[in-house]
Amino acid sequence: MNNERILNLAIRYGFLVLLAGIVMYFSLAAEGFASPRSAVFVLQSVAITGILALGVTSTLVVDGFDLSIGSVATSSLMLSAYSMVILEYSALVTVLLCLTMGALVGLVNGLLIVKMRVPDLLATLGMMFLLIGLQRIPTQGNSIATGMRLPDGSIAEGTFAAEFLWIGRHRFDMFIEKLFPMPVVVFLLVAVAVWLFLGFTRHGRLMYAIGSNQRAAELVGTNVSRYKVLAYMISGVLASVGGILLAARLGRGDIASGNNLLLDSVAAALIGFAVLGAARPNAFGTAIGALFVGILLQGLTMMNAPYYTQDFVKGAVLVAALVFTFYLSSRRSSAGRH
Amino acid sequence: MSQTICEVRGVEKSFGSNRVLRGIDLAMRAGEVTVLMGANGAGKSTLVKVLCGVHSADKGELALAGNPYTPVDAADAISQGVVTVHQSIDDGVIPDLDVATNLMLDKLTAPGAGLFVNDRKLRAEARKVAEAMGLTMNVRQLVSELDVADRQMIAIARALARSPKLLILDEPTSSLSATEAERLFALIDRLRSAGVAILYISHRMSDIRRIADRIVSMRDGSISGLFDTQPLDYEGAVTSMLGHAMTDVDITPATNSAPILCLKAIKLREDSPPIDLVANDGEVIAVTGLLGSGKSQLAEVIFGLSRPIAGKMELDGGSYQPANAKSAVSAGVFMSPKDRASNAVIPDFDIANNMTLPFLGSFSRYYKLSDQKQRRASEEMIGSIGIVCQSNRDGIGTLSGGNQQKVMIARWLLKPGRVLLLDEPFQGVDIGARRDIGRHIRATAKGRATIVFVAEIDEALEIADRIIVLNEAAIAGEHINQNIDLAKLVAEVSGPSRSPALAG
Repeated sequence: MNNERILNLAIRYGFLVLLAGIVMYFSLAAEGFASPRSAVFVLQSVAITGILALGVTSTLVVDGFDLSIGSVATSSLMLSAYSMVILEYSALVTVLLCLTMGALVGLVNGLLIVKMRVPDLLATLGMMFLLIGLQRIPTQGNSIATGMRLPDGSIAEGTFAAEFLWIGRHRFDMFIEKLFPMPVVVFLLVAVAVWLFLGFTRHGRLMYAIGSNQRAAELVGTNVSRYKVLAYMISGVLASVGGILLAARLGRGDIASGNNLLLDSVAAALIGFAVLGAARPNAFGTAIGALFVGILLQGLTMMNAPYYTQDFVKGAVLVAALVFTFYLSSRRSSAGRH
Repeated sequence: MSQTICEVRGVEKSFGSNRVLRGIDLAMRAGEVTVLMGANGAGKSTLVKVLCGVHSADKGELALAGNPYTPVDAADAISQGVVTVHQSIDDGVIPDLDVATNLMLDKLTAPGAGLFVNDRKLRAEARKVAEAMGLTMNVRQLVSELDVADRQMIAIARALARSPKLLILDEPTSSLSATEAERLFALIDRLRSAGVAILYISHRMSDIRRIADRIVSMRDGSISGLFDTQPLDYEGAVTSMLGHAMTDVDITPATNSAPILCLKAIKLREDSPPIDLVANDGEVIAVTGLLGSGKSQLAEVIFGLSRPIAGKMELDGGSYQPANAKSAVSAGVFMSPKDRASNAVIPDFDIANNMTLPFLGSFSRYYKLSDQKQRRASEEMIGSIGIVCQSNRDGIGTLSGGNQQKVMIARWLLKPGRVLLLDEPFQGVDIGARRDIGRHIRATAKGRATIVFVAEIDEALEIADRIIVLNEAAIAGEHINQNIDLAKLVAEVSGPSRSPALAG
């Protein structure tokens, strides 16, 4: 009995305690870690990954998976650069274009899975390859930058609009001047929105029901196909938001950036399973999961750990979180979570 | 009297607290087809699994040809001469391999089999086996290209290549057409005369009439009837399988009231006669029949999960053609499906969320779900239908089968509907919960039509105002639930004697 209570407490709060412990350790060990600037730096480093991870979370909720988010984000990055530098569209049109692209990719993913009955991993894997190729075709494999030379010999005349760059680079004043960057604001807004949607609306509840027993959800009159497509569209749109933020921060359409986005965001979503012993995808956990990785990397960097240890650390955290989720939870008697 | 091949003495088997076999005594003799009948959950499959080495008995003993028989696993059972052809054909064959390999699979797994496969030799041997069975197909053909009957034949041919002493056939005709089934029966006739003991599990009266030498009925884990005097008493066998000890529930059938749901000339199968049925306000109808009689099919048609071959439905006088579950629910037609674990329970959710799932919209304000409303509504249902739990926050998995089923049914009582369909609502439900559910269904019956689909006659008698018997997708009889002529009812369930029916 007593053992069981300890186990339950460990499952519920273990990961948060671990997070607090890490923060304390770095605060003592690394000078300057416990400062507003450092905290904001962590947030900024996880903002884009976090937004993508929230998208993956919505597909995980319906027992799906979206492997195409990384390539949707980089496509959105290239598309925004192409739209402004070469097509000379305004910032607003560019943003709308990217969001539409994300929604469309999500729609196609969803339809492939729901109508064509392609397994989710395969459908989104195919989409990933397709997009990685597609985003390079218009520029013949080159990055897009202001004033670049076009294939026909002319010089591109468009520039990144100031409003567009504002999305990625603006910093709000908070305690200290120019502290809080715009991408972090977007991340927090998206996190709250996804958290509310999945946790507190009937649509979210039905999506969890689909993820837990699709047949049963269908037999109570849920439109399973529509919710699944919706999940992939949310994922696509959020990935394109991530791409927009990345483009606005970089100020160029760099084909090499965004390589790590897929793995990092999937890791964050899976680490999120362990937070508060949820043992299932959830927005709050995903956001904490993203933060966890960010804090760990920031701390290690400030303690001069070499950059190439980063992936190893992320992997170790992920494995630990998965053990938390699956091994410990299976030992607990199965209780309702909603 | 021919020689006894296999003998089962006092076999018991429990899974947890669930006593599935409660002391089975059975002897199977050479050259005799023993038909084993039993409703779902009677323990047939468990008995078969004990015989073919998948489970070991907790108590009792098995003997084969006079020697003690204790198979350690399925392979051991086969090597000792007890061969089983399972109901699901795909367990018996490997579709991506050719016929020859399928027929010779055992040679490949036998101890001492060589590392390399000699295809030519393999095919030659396979041809011999196929010929002995009267199979004419090319042994190089892939099994996936064959039709169901041929696949079944291959599974059986492989079983016979091992020259079994006891052959167990588990519902072998469930996916065969009449002519295909006749091929199987001819084969069984040959095996019988060759002195093989055969245990044949089936619900189909037409099959049973064709091949049975004796019938054994099972019910609730024990043998409830043994029939071996010619002519066989088929109705007696069905009665002892379904059982209908009079129940202590007192029902005064509802008198005529306004019709709610009308089925007009609904045809469930190409070759079946049309079904007409009117369900009235406040009435509880039980549709009963054996497995494969079309009960579940009828439920699916009414709930919009499948379309009838012909005919139409009317709800409150208007046309009713549900395209799917969603449109059925929005028309006020609710269904609690059979097999709650796979069709109804959301294992991740607690009681309140499982219960309120169909009507989440009415527990929301604007876009936000009201946790409080959900909990209040489910608390009320927990009280009125009598769910035993600590609170509505308990995980659904912590409840017993009966209480889970109460939650699944309570789901559809939260909002007034026009038609309530309950498909096998008493599956895996203990007697106490069964009474609770029945009482509650009857108490709330006013204002809707209720149709309950049950295989057990007992359950029908307990809950219904009117009982409709289905046989081979046709209405075989209709009874007002008062002073019912049980013999007639049972006769209708087991159906008239007729030639092998088409596969269903």
